[in-house]
Amino acid sequence: MKAMLNLRRQITDYVAKIMATLATLFGLFWLVWILWTTVSKGLPALKWSLFTQMTPPPGSDGGLLNAFVGSFIMSGLAVLIATPIGIAAGTYLAEYARNTRLGETIRFVNDILLSAPSIIIGLFVYELMVRQMGHFSGIAGAVALSFIVLPVVVRTTDEMLQLVPSSMRESALALGVPQWKVVRQVLYRASLAGIVTGVLLAFARISGETAPLLFTALNNQYWTTSLGEPMANVPVVIFQYAMSPYEFWHALAWAGAFVVTMLVLVLGLVSRALLLRKKVTV
Amino acid sequence: MFKSYPALAMDRSDQASSRDRHDKRADMLFHLVVKGCALLVLIALLGAAFSMLWGGREAFATFGWKFLWSSDWDAVQRKFGALVPIYGTLVTALIAMIIAVPVSFGIALFLTEIAPVWLRTPVAAAIELLAGIPSIIYGMWGLFVFVPFMAEHVDPWLDENLGALPITGPLFQGAPIGLGMLTAGIVLGIMVIPFVASIMREVFLTVPSEIKESSYAIGSTTWEVVWDVVLPYTRSAVIGGIFLGLGRALGETMAVTFVLGNAHLLSASLLEPGNSIAATIANEFTEADSPLYLSSLIALGFLLFAVTFIVLAVARLMLMRLAKRAGENRQ
Repeated sequence: MKAMLNLRRQITDYVAKIMATLATLFGLFWLVWILWTTVSKGLPALKWSLFTQMTPPPGSDGGLLNAFVGSFIMSGLAVLIATPIGIAAGTYLAEYARNTRLGETIRFVNDILLSAPSIIIGLFVYELMVRQMGHFSGIAGAVALSFIVLPVVVRTTDEMLQLVPSSMRESALALGVPQWKVVRQVLYRASLAGIVTGVLLAFARISGETAPLLFTALNNQYWTTSLGEPMANVPVVIFQYAMSPYEFWHALAWAGAFVVTMLVLVLGLVSRALLLRKKVTV
Repeated sequence: MFKSYPALAMDRSDQASSRDRHDKRADMLFHLVVKGCALLVLIALLGAAFSMLWGGREAFATFGWKFLWSSDWDAVQRKFGALVPIYGTLVTALIAMIIAVPVSFGIALFLTEIAPVWLRTPVAAAIELLAGIPSIIYGMWGLFVFVPFMAEHVDPWLDENLGALPITGPLFQGAPIGLGMLTAGIVLGIMVIPFVASIMREVFLTVPSEIKESSYAIGSTTWEVVWDVVLPYTRSAVIGGIFLGLGRALGETMAVTFVLGNAHLLSASLLEPGNSIAATIANEFTEADSPLYLSSLIALGFLLFAVTFIVLAVARLMLMRLAKRAGENRQ
């Protein structure tokens, strides 16, 4: 009787272990398939002209130069806007509002913003800027992306500052250093690697964001660096070209997808290396 | 020539107090600036909610509550209702979660209890990296690779073998075109798996090893430790992780837009093309030719916001409960 029971327990255990292993293989199988598709379709389409020519009209040759430049400008601007604000907000949460009700509320709202659907950010900035200006523009795209960068930076700054041992703060304060100098000259230095990681992660995240740009920057077939006009960007170009019936546009879309994926993976690896063993969950 | 001692002291205190004042001002200024930035986060969320309510006011005013359950979507007659997109959003998210929850649980189990130790970190890192791949890549893969695969191999089989069943049959009847709710749900599920699996893994790692070891010591099998010790200990956070995944599945735009087929049809069959809130907005936003049309799309966005807000708030509250307990244990 007892032996039977033990046997049943062991069989259950074996089955569970096998199922869990299969689940892992199942999960990895799809992800490898998707990555393989991106590489096998993107790599052949990767030509030098991708980086030297403009997006083409149907039926002629071209590249994605204006889209890369537009994406770079808008992502860069978004990071420039959101990073100082995010670091400041994270500082407030970790240094001034730990265990206060306002701090908890803001942290909670930030967490929700962190995982809110990006399409909502797009509609928000559409109402906020595009409708007021009367037309789509690069600056609206940058602002939309900055709303996606913001919560990531807030979260990592907050977590990284909380990891700094209190003894460091106390030593500096005991020397008579004012708090804002403690924050700037002691705490930021101690948590620099973590904060930079947050910015990198945020950059990786916006480099493939499509939905918010669809309603703000839209697209532009031509070269522009003016933030007041609609601006080409890689994700929206990928979207439009992939949905089109033209083979050549599909190839360009795959090449763009390949570049974006590689960028995201490299940024992910770099930020992991930077983090070493510090733990952040974004 | 020499200053007397009291004078020196006064000198210093003068200096010190002027510096003190300066420092105090700077401290207050710094506090104010960081607080202002933190409040901006709060304002951003409120602003998003309000702007969509404002943008959708025309639709809400014109259709009232009927907007929620009307299945009309007619740009010519200017009649709009949210039922079809709401239905599509819920069905695809449900399919996604049916796939993602057990698989993610299995992955987390494998990575915390079963895999050899040397394998755990690299596999976990790979899964976390893959969670960062932009959704548009999943969408493209779905459209160019997975949709043909479904159309050739899966849909015909489902139609033939399950379509004739009495109750569930209607779910699987339809032309095998590959686009549709089932495909979208599966792509969403694949997308959500790395996300939920990483959270579950992290949550499982917070279980103090004393508790697990005690259970092993009285002769429990791995499965018993996970099912009877780890899972009860982490229950609220596991649910929180699942809800985070659900929030992502509900609001996901690009992955779904590619494979859903963009058809305003209310159909019982999972093989028929449909629409979701996010896909409708993404597809039709630039085509909206009347203010009421545009307003209806933004009203859809507001509904999505409200639903995901609730789901994400529940998720965070659940996750916070475990974090609090983990903090208490550490002290």
